[in-house]
Amino acid sequence: MTLRFLSGGLTGGRLVMLALLLASAILVPLLNLALPESHPLHVPTYAVTLMGKYLTYALLALALDLVWGYCGILSLGHAAFFALGGYAMGMYLMRQIGSRGVYGDPVLPDFMVFLNWDELPWYWYGFDAFSFAMLVALVAPAILAFVFGWFAFRSRVTGVYLSIITQAMTYALLLAFFRNDMGFGGNNGLTDFKDILGFDIQSDATRAGLFAASALALAAGLVLAVAITASKLGKVLIAVRDAESRTRFLGYRVEHYKLFVWTVSAMMAGLAGALYVPQVGIINPGEFAPANSIEAVIWVAVGGRGTLVGPIIGAVLVNFAKSWFTAALPEFWLFALGGLFVFVTLFLPTGIVGLARTATQRLRRMRKSEPDARNTGGSVTTEPRGQAAE
Amino acid sequence: MAKAETLLYLDGVSVSFDGFKALNNLSFLIGRNEMRAIIGPNGAGKTTMMDVITGKTRPDEGELRFDGKIDLTAHDEAEIAGFGIGRKFQKPTVFENQSVRDNLMLALKALRGPFATLFHRDDDAERSRIDTLLATIRLTARRDDLAGDLSHGQKQWLEIGMLLAQDPELLLIDEPAAGMTDAETAATADLLREISKTHSVVVVEHDMAFVRALGVKVTVLHEGSVLAEGSLDHVSNDRRVIDVYLGR
Repeated sequence: MTLRFLSGGLTGGRLVMLALLLASAILVPLLNLALPESHPLHVPTYAVTLMGKYLTYALLALALDLVWGYCGILSLGHAAFFALGGYAMGMYLMRQIGSRGVYGDPVLPDFMVFLNWDELPWYWYGFDAFSFAMLVALVAPAILAFVFGWFAFRSRVTGVYLSIITQAMTYALLLAFFRNDMGFGGNNGLTDFKDILGFDIQSDATRAGLFAASALALAAGLVLAVAITASKLGKVLIAVRDAESRTRFLGYRVEHYKLFVWTVSAMMAGLAGALYVPQVGIINPGEFAPANSIEAVIWVAVGGRGTLVGPIIGAVLVNFAKSWFTAALPEFWLFALGGLFVFVTLFLPTGIVGLARTATQRLRRMRKSEPDARNTGGSVTTEPRGQAAE
Repeated sequence: MAKAETLLYLDGVSVSFDGFKALNNLSFLIGRNEMRAIIGPNGAGKTTMMDVITGKTRPDEGELRFDGKIDLTAHDEAEIAGFGIGRKFQKPTVFENQSVRDNLMLALKALRGPFATLFHRDDDAERSRIDTLLATIRLTARRDDLAGDLSHGQKQWLEIGMLLAQDPELLLIDEPAAGMTDAETAATADLLREISKTHSVVVVEHDMAFVRALGVKVTVLHEGSVLAEGSLDHVSNDRRVIDVYLGR
């Protein structure tokens, strides 16, 4: 069923990306764990963790592409869903510390002891179970997205106004999570994690395992996104993006479609956040910062909006550049990021993947025009947005 | 008989925008399987009338009924489309980034919910229906091209094809002949006459040759209400119609 489902969309670059992700889920841990450090092909643990972090960013970018690239909803608040997923994982990891905290309380995390709290707040119940925490990492962003989307899409808030209220949403959460009374560690957030599922969170093997989990989650996210966009629902989404009112006159309830894809996307972002936290070792309210959401938009724009593979490439490339810049020229990173966004908007409106498509199309046309001078149907598609999966 | 066969019923419909009365006490009836041409000068309220019928604009007052019992003022665009009212816009609006075939597929009468479309599979019946539509609108050769690459006239035809795919009871068609060659205009008139055998059709048009080719009853709008009604010969001899519209 799923295979037939995918037949339309899983082509070319997407298949390559899927293969790459699955291969790296096996190879990278292997090269890290099985080879001695002196071996030239050995992948150091810090690199494994860094790449694992990039892959969770890539999953966030993929989630954003689903709503922005395919349905035209420019979210400037997707980091909120990412951070909520991260907090759910963080709460599980806090409970795993047990009595090994600084204050040695068997139940209460350190920050609660510090605040003189006597007992665990009710909303921390259940987080000692991994499966429950993972469920919340998906459901909490989904509920927020559903409620937010229900009101926003039903009132037909679109375009820049919607972008602004998504930004307000993440900013409100930022302020809320800063408060100590919220019970999420306030300014400091949740940190000092010890282990996950009984494995030492600092060990090489756990790090490799988290990398593999991130690669597999991204692969699964890609398959899901391809299945959605290749279905008839995906075509309705593109119709909404390009001519919303026309779609309505065809009898489609546009707000239901937006709500569906918005909620699915929020869950993907939540999963990304849950995988991000154990790899970086901390979650704090800074993850809700509006700038984080805007950065995610840049990853998607750089890679190529509405291409699914592009945002993955964009997220990895931009974050690789960020890692390099913040080490070598820290004060110039924000200028470079801003410059990149201006450059892509002006000269690369379809991103890296769009550029590659235009180039291959031009090449193919040149090759075709040699044997027969016939026009190969239609005009030059300078904007291969959406469908045309090469 | 007349009462039972009425498909669309407008009575005393008024709409104003910032004090400007776009529709002023507008009343008329469209019968089942009737084709009606609506003419009138710019600003007469033709497009607003379509907006009101399709749920885009809510009337300030008046009664709007479809198929006898449905009160159109209580429903939104998607619901009204579901009742069987299809609309073609003045400026052809097709989904430019999708193929001609996909445009028709999206319009095809089927369940409209997100989960129905997510698990939708195309079957032989659907494919043959699309093939028939492609032949009707003469776009078979361009089925896999992007709709955005079609000529203006072809987009108009594609949009008529999308209307047919919806299989509505009532078709509202805004200026179908705009930007078409004479041959295309004549072919469009033939197509609409064919459609009106089994559907009710309301055509808004400026092109008098086209309206004559349709050969149907004409309603003349002026300042948001009906100025005259009857055959084209009848209304074009009406003094008031000549003054406000034809004579100028």
